[in-house]
Amino acid sequence: MDLTIAALLTQDGITNGAIYALLALALVLVFTVTRIVWVPSGEFVAWGTLTLAGLQLGKAPGIVGLLVGMAAVAGAMEAWRCLRAGEARRLPRRLALWSGVPFAIAALIWWLAPMLLPLPVQVLLTLAAVTALGPLLYRVAYQPLAEASVLVLLIVSVALHFAMLGFGLWFFGAEGSRTPAFSTASFAVGGINVSVQSLLVVGTSVGLIGALALFFGRTLYGKALRATAVNRAGARLCGISPEFAGALTFALAALLCAFCGVLIGPITTVYYDSGFLVSLKGFVGAIIGGLSSYPIAAAGALLVGLIESFSSFWASAFKEVIVFTLIIPVLLWRSLTTHHHEDEE
Amino acid sequence: MKHSRSVTALGAAIAFALSVPALADVTVGITVSATGPAASLGIPQKNTIELLPASIGGEKVKWILLDDASDTTKAVTNARKLVTEDKVDVIIGSSTTPNSLAMREVAADTGTPMISLAASAAIINPTDPKTRWVFKTPQNDALMADAVAISMKANGVKTMGYIGFADAYGDGWLAEMKRSAQTAGIKIVAEEKYNRNDPSVTGQALKLIAANPDAILIGAAGTPGATPQKELAARGYKGKIYQTHGVGNPDFLRVVGKDGNGTLLPVGPMLVYEQLPDSNAVKKTAADYVTKYEQKFGTRTTFGGHLWDAYLLLAQAVPEALKKAKPGSPQFRTALRDALEGANVVGVHGVFVINANDHNGLDNRARVMVRIDDGKWALLK
Repeated sequence: MDLTIAALLTQDGITNGAIYALLALALVLVFTVTRIVWVPSGEFVAWGTLTLAGLQLGKAPGIVGLLVGMAAVAGAMEAWRCLRAGEARRLPRRLALWSGVPFAIAALIWWLAPMLLPLPVQVLLTLAAVTALGPLLYRVAYQPLAEASVLVLLIVSVALHFAMLGFGLWFFGAEGSRTPAFSTASFAVGGINVSVQSLLVVGTSVGLIGALALFFGRTLYGKALRATAVNRAGARLCGISPEFAGALTFALAALLCAFCGVLIGPITTVYYDSGFLVSLKGFVGAIIGGLSSYPIAAAGALLVGLIESFSSFWASAFKEVIVFTLIIPVLLWRSLTTHHHEDEE
Repeated sequence: MKHSRSVTALGAAIAFALSVPALADVTVGITVSATGPAASLGIPQKNTIELLPASIGGEKVKWILLDDASDTTKAVTNARKLVTEDKVDVIIGSSTTPNSLAMREVAADTGTPMISLAASAAIINPTDPKTRWVFKTPQNDALMADAVAISMKANGVKTMGYIGFADAYGDGWLAEMKRSAQTAGIKIVAEEKYNRNDPSVTGQALKLIAANPDAILIGAAGTPGATPQKELAARGYKGKIYQTHGVGNPDFLRVVGKDGNGTLLPVGPMLVYEQLPDSNAVKKTAADYVTKYEQKFGTRTTFGGHLWDAYLLLAQAVPEALKKAKPGSPQFRTALRDALEGANVVGVHGVFVINANDHNGLDNRARVMVRIDDGKWALLK
């Protein structure tokens, strides 16, 4: 191995690591606010890429149908709840939010998809569709069980993962897709080729992480989410609706995953079942951060990307073994260094 | 007690009426990987089942389809279910090598002929009591690996690199390629592995390029085969790139795009039947199948052809067996097995001449070399 190869591997590792970092952040965010280990996050990544690839072909992808279906279910659930609680006057606003907005997004995609609009517009449509699925999933599947134990929520997550996997195969077929590169340009820095594409990936990730930091540090909604993460009951007493916090969290997390999907599309071929492995690597990063610390999770994800890249060079047959074995020393170290206290549940 | 006797008689008549046609029908159980990681193989096979006729040799045929979700345990469960509950006369499946290997037990235990749709020669070799009941329609890896080695030698390749799946498919191809390359005097200078879902194969590509082989063989099936090829192109690899017959589907061409130009691969003749000379025996059967398939499901894939070949084998063997025994009996299954062992059938992937030592029966007529030219398969003469 010479310096050029090392530099190329590092570049590759950082690019993948940046994508894993976004996933790790999404996983930490969801877990801290709602105590859900979000197993289906990978499906959101794959759906991001495949939806964009579908739009490239001028087709409205199948997830638009799912969006409509879930919006209808969520609307019905809201209507039932409002009527039962005797709050009929709040119904129109809730229906507009839970059914109207997703319907509008779906209609927009159906209308715009055959026009083959420029790539940035297609990316926006993809982000809108996948992001909208996040809160809908929370409303339909998780919110009725919001007070259940972590284990129950995990099992629900696993079930959703398999359900979404099946939907993915149905919508997108068994074969993979790629999306066109945002830029094929590259330039030399000290004799090493740096592709604009990987700079874009890293730049977008850093930008999103910065935006999240601002959101949590400076805005009222961000602070409300942080408060819910620290103490659900306390936050509720202060007037923060846990349902709203959950839906907002899922919207943010789905947005992050959709971004991952859009960023990973030009780098590799994505299949309906590609997401799980990608999200598992993000999960390793999140575990390094103890499912609670954002900066350590991001750093851990970057480490996973680098280890993956270098082990694919040295011992490609054992690459996954090496990456996932990493979790054992990390867990050992964490269980030795952190003071463990029993949860109240 | 006249009344009860007539009821008994009626009951017996009904039972007779129900059981006789069921006994006379030939029942074929099919398990394919229509979902899960091998779905790109299983889906065209599942589609092909819809094209199968309702009778063979004047006898009604019942096709029973199950999905094994690319899962080995499920494939075995399916095979057991087909044999015990549906009393099938023959099993077709499954799409992948691991599934087929596991299903052999069921075939041997219950004395049911089985026609596998998976590639590895290990499914039918060596000839022993376990493989006595097992046949397979796809070309053996060895046949295709030889074609690659011959083509490499003709192109003046002295050293080659290999990158393939880290699974049974990739390992099988590497083993066969080592043997073929040695025979052709070609040295394998680098061996790399990758997974279908890897986000990047940069490390492997860099290592391959560092070894500087004259040609690189990619041992992958379906669209994942495009991942290393695109990476090698992006890293400026200038040598020849070979693929295996596993990528013979339109989606591979779509994903690999212009980076695929010039790639060489061995495939079953069905894929390029239009370009075959009229004297080629396969041309007519392939045209028949491909036309039927494309009318209903869009572009052809070689995987569906393997299932059609299994049907063609049965189309010859079932009438033979019917002369000896009634469907639904162990005697019929034995007769069917014996008839399959003597089959001489022109399929869509080649000409099957099956005998006791070769339960595949394909020869050189089952492979042609093609080159990818601007998103199309071009037959090399």
